[in-house]
Amino acid sequence: MAIGWYLAVSVIIFCIGLSGVLVRRNPLVILLCLELMLNAANLALIAFSRMHGNGDGQIFAIIVMVVAACEVTVGLGLIVAIYRRKLPIDVDELKALNG
Amino acid sequence: MAPVFFFIAALGAIAGAIGVVVLRHPLYSVLSLVFHLLSLAALFLLLRAEFVAAAQVVVYAGAVMVLYVFVVAYVGGTQEPVDLPGGARARLLSFGVVGLLLVELLIATLGSGLSAVGEEGAAYEPGFGSPAQIGELLLTDFLLAFEVSSFLLLIAAVGAVVLARRRGGVDDGEVEGRISVAQLLAPEGLGSMAESVSGRSGVTDEPEGRG
Repeated sequence: MAIGWYLAVSVIIFCIGLSGVLVRRNPLVILLCLELMLNAANLALIAFSRMHGNGDGQIFAIIVMVVAACEVTVGLGLIVAIYRRKLPIDVDELKALNG
Repeated sequence: MAPVFFFIAALGAIAGAIGVVVLRHPLYSVLSLVFHLLSLAALFLLLRAEFVAAAQVVVYAGAVMVLYVFVVAYVGGTQEPVDLPGGARARLLSFGVVGLLLVELLIATLGSGLSAVGEEGAAYEPGFGSPAQIGELLLTDFLLAFEVSSFLLLIAAVGAVVLARRRGGVDDGEVEGRISVAQLLAPEGLGSMAESVSGRSGVTDEPEGRG
């Protein structure tokens, strides 16, 4: 398979994730859509790694996975903290940035 | 045979991604993302990235998704209203932005002058993408990134604990039910004026077990 096919799939997944971030209102689902976008970037990195026959792109992909795991941990901690304060879990309702 | 596997995995990945966005209940979105991640691991295998595919399945589809499922179970899946606050216009605008970005990215990736994009890629050498190669790269060329990412994981773990712990000052609802040791040790009534006014004292008026 030509590398261009993999890049096309990566672009489509990235745009689906972006539309989810724009349209959905539950922060949990927005985090899931961010995962989609990061995974699309991972697919592009690995496709380029295969294209050049160089392992560096795979290291990039692994580091991206580490950063995504950190983002998930902190994001889910935030959602749990929001739930504990009995605030609505809706990004449109959470406007006031005060402690 | 590779094109058949590619199209199956690519369709699975795209269908899983659409499911994440379209499904209303967060738990179904999480399950759809698991399907998407498994399909993506198959694509990684087709690209000869064995170690990354294995890490994807174990770390992402395993550990991170379990975290998501726990949080969905704790918070409770709320069926969010379908309509955006801005109405149909905001939805149309967001999909328009996404469509434009899709066209732009497809032009940038496929329509560019990269001659290698249309090819199969470099010749496959044995050992490409194996754990041995990844480990060697991580501990030689990318040692700094490896160490920094370990620090990042530590900071994220500490941050998650700080964010999600119970705070004393916040009216939690659960905190009120708790009593401290000092309350147990203190005498019930101190004999003050305020107690006699409010009718509260150490001695109960009615003996227990009468009714």
